[in-house]
Amino acid sequence: MSSLRQSLARIFAFFHKPKLDSDLEAEVATHLDFAIEENLKRGMLPEEARRHALIRFGGVQQAREHQRATRGLPWLDILLHDLRFTFRTLRRDTGFAIVAVLILALGIGANIVVFSVVDTILLRPLPFPEANRLVRIAPKVSKCGASCATYSTDAVQEFQRQNKSFSDFTGYDAFTAPGNWKLTGGGVPVPVSEIDVMDNFFHTLGVQPLMGRLTFTAQESLPSGAPVAILSYPFWKRQLNADPHIIGKAISFGNTPTTVVGVLPDTFDFGAVYAPGTKMDVFTPYVYDRVREYGNMISLTGRLKPGVTLAQAQAEADLLFPTLDFSVKEGYKAGYTAQLWDLKDYVSGSLRRSLIVLWGAVGLILLIVCVNLSNLLLGRAAARSKEFAMRSALGAARGRIVRQLLTESLVLSAVGAILGLGLAFGAVFYLAHQGSIALPLLSSIRIDMAALVWTVFIAVVAGLLFGIAPGLRISSGNLQAALKDSAASTTGGRGTARLRTTLVVSQIALACVLLVAAGLLLRSFLRVLDVDLGFEPSHAAAISLDYDDSGDPVKRGVFDREVLRRIEAIPGVQTAAMTDSLPMSRNRSWGISAKGKHYEPGELPGTFVYVITPGYLNAIGMRLIKGRDITWEDNDPKQAVVIINETVARYLWPNEDPIDRIATVNGDDARVIGVIADVRETNAEAKSGWQMYISTAAPQFHPSDSQLVIRSSLPAKTLQPTVLATLRQLNPGQPAADLKPIQLLVDHASSPRRFFVYLVGIFAALGLILAALGIYGVISYSVTQRTQEIGIRMALGATQGNVQFGIIAQTLRVAVFGIVAGAIASLAISSLMTSLLFGTAPTDSATFAVICMLLGAVALVAGYIPARRASRIDPMVALRNN
Amino acid sequence: MVEDKLDLLKGTLDLMVLQTLIAMGPQHGYGIARRIEQVSDDEVLLNQGTIYASLIRLQQRGWIDAEWGTSDNNRKAKFYSITRAGRKQLAVDTEYWRRLSGVMTRILANTPAGENQ
Repeated sequence: MSSLRQSLARIFAFFHKPKLDSDLEAEVATHLDFAIEENLKRGMLPEEARRHALIRFGGVQQAREHQRATRGLPWLDILLHDLRFTFRTLRRDTGFAIVAVLILALGIGANIVVFSVVDTILLRPLPFPEANRLVRIAPKVSKCGASCATYSTDAVQEFQRQNKSFSDFTGYDAFTAPGNWKLTGGGVPVPVSEIDVMDNFFHTLGVQPLMGRLTFTAQESLPSGAPVAILSYPFWKRQLNADPHIIGKAISFGNTPTTVVGVLPDTFDFGAVYAPGTKMDVFTPYVYDRVREYGNMISLTGRLKPGVTLAQAQAEADLLFPTLDFSVKEGYKAGYTAQLWDLKDYVSGSLRRSLIVLWGAVGLILLIVCVNLSNLLLGRAAARSKEFAMRSALGAARGRIVRQLLTESLVLSAVGAILGLGLAFGAVFYLAHQGSIALPLLSSIRIDMAALVWTVFIAVVAGLLFGIAPGLRISSGNLQAALKDSAASTTGGRGTARLRTTLVVSQIALACVLLVAAGLLLRSFLRVLDVDLGFEPSHAAAISLDYDDSGDPVKRGVFDREVLRRIEAIPGVQTAAMTDSLPMSRNRSWGISAKGKHYEPGELPGTFVYVITPGYLNAIGMRLIKGRDITWEDNDPKQAVVIINETVARYLWPNEDPIDRIATVNGDDARVIGVIADVRETNAEAKSGWQMYISTAAPQFHPSDSQLVIRSSLPAKTLQPTVLATLRQLNPGQPAADLKPIQLLVDHASSPRRFFVYLVGIFAALGLILAALGIYGVISYSVTQRTQEIGIRMALGATQGNVQFGIIAQTLRVAVFGIVAGAIASLAISSLMTSLLFGTAPTDSATFAVICMLLGAVALVAGYIPARRASRIDPMVALRNN
Repeated sequence: MVEDKLDLLKGTLDLMVLQTLIAMGPQHGYGIARRIEQVSDDEVLLNQGTIYASLIRLQQRGWIDAEWGTSDNNRKAKFYSITRAGRKQLAVDTEYWRRLSGVMTRILANTPAGENQ
């Protein structure tokens, strides 16, 4: 207690110095008066009485200082003194201070941004209450995309009934196509992303409503239920002007009045967790009965009961699943198993390695920044050696001088951190508000308390790191010698130069490691861009097509043909066609097998299925290898046709001609009429799986969605108004959807890689610039130091060329050391990146060679400038100056 | 080592101040210093100024209070008085000193056999 009390008293005293000082002065004055008075009484003369009193008191100044030290916070006094001194010093040297702070701001800012990304995606729990109990459940083997990663409603209900580990199950319809709805009733219809979720979806996740309710009633989950919807916060704000009385009101989706029952909070972002890079506007009830027969539809999430571990739940699921009894179409049930993941791991686990590499890269940047500043400070300290010598002569201890220097570097670091924080806020805002990067949780990235703590931590570590070497170096120098010597800055000249060269070598090595990593990632990225996708994204664009679907395939066929006829009539349009799903956008599979052959359950993977109109293969740029395209005449329900890809053809009819064979597609017969080259269906890096293409005209394969694909030499933006006008002539309800270049889909699929390549690339560039600055700084410092020597050599007949050559050779020596060290370090480290590379070995010699040459070239340029200056030294001036 | 010695001295001074305040009642800094000198028959060579650091320390710990007042000869002076916590502390410290000095006395009296003083 008393020590706490004492601390508080000391802090109080620190802030009340003037009052306490005047109190003490008064006390001391009274004290002396008493003493003098007493002495006078004893018969001393006034002068003697005073002198005697002072002697007895024993040093007024000491007493004051002693009392102040006891009373207040002496270390804080010293710190404040150091700080005031630091600011004065830095103001005298503004150029240096600005450069140092800017470099630090970049280094620390980059670190804050990456920390925020890592924190959001990897470290922080999902934005739900007790998120560690949320579990993603999916069949163990997933060879066929979402179809094999989902369950039927029956299975979910049966699992719910029998299990003991989970308090709740919920899910959403994995096959609702985003963007297929439209908001009507106010002029041009607005496209809307809608998804069906189970009644308890938000309840299970633990999301609290902003308004209304977030659960659907049993009635609302029936086919006969009145249409209801829950709105996302951005949709409510954007489309409904944040109407505070929206609950209970009806809004029209595709002319169906739908009652709004709830609004989600701003913090909930479905896409961030379940569908990176997409925005979901409206949530509607998942209707159980309607989809019972369709097979796997539900992407399942469960909430564990408190205290149940993932392993226990997994063990239970392993026992339970083979015995579950439910009715589902033949062929779906095979392979029903359950693999449980922590939802967080499932969402972002695959990014762990990339993020760690990114974190490492940005850490390297900070190291390079520190080395660079160390170097700058060393150069500056040499110039200040007199000042330190003076202070040392006046009695400053070595620790005191080191502390002063550390205060300076910590101040620089703090100012850099504040500026870096500003930069980071901007960058984080940008990342959170741009939706084209398909990274989970990115929209919820923010600079939070953890990031601030991290900022303080790295600022302090950086400040100590780049301050300690110059501090020790300077204070260890022969300070007295510096005082005596009248020549400029000779303090520890040799030692300092060697230390600075070592620092530059390590800086080049660090930059080399960064550049090699960036180079490998870039090369991988180029390989990804270079992949044969199986279709031709350039000059193709797609728009989401709307029509009031009567379900009549004949009517629909007539409508489709008319749409395509008019679109193809637009000048600049080469060809147009429709599909229900584009490559790299949808994830749905059906079964296909060769009719008459027997397959073991689970032997055949699911097959990605696309329902297309004639001309689609052409419009998207797929290559027909054998057979023919679908025609409008392939509309006989009894004579369904199918086009398959090479992989399917090879498996179902090995070494045989698949054309005109009969396949079983979802239980129905279909004749194979063509084989196309494999298409990458999820992203450029994943090998293609099984694919089939069936006709929109065949009624049994009724498409649920429609994308109009247009091939044209005109850019999508130019074409869009005409296309929309044409579509509206035929269907006034066509929403104002965008005509999106197909390339966007491809870019979106590779956006995580692009994101990492950009960031690591930026860091590498930063590292290269800093390394160049470091080389330049050291070489020009050495030129300055050697002015006299160079002058003498030139007076003795050395040519400009000799001098330049000498200095460039010195530069190259430094660079080669750094490059060799860096290359060795890269070789050791790059194997950690193997899983992040695509078509590139971690020891890729081309990358290494290019990076080494690049660094060498940069070093040459950085060394050439001082070399040129050295060669222009006038021997007479150089000699006279000394 | 140097600091240890100072600490001991400081502690001693604090104890003297507390005891003086108990004996004399509220007193100003000069009075306390003089009293200590007198009681010790001037054996303690006291730098009177050091008393002020001790007074601050005791105040911070809540063992004494201070108040500006007027002295007998009409001078404005700061008067210090011991608090209840101070009395308790003084009792504790006094007991400690008695025990310590008892032990010290016994140990110093315990001369080695066969050695002439």
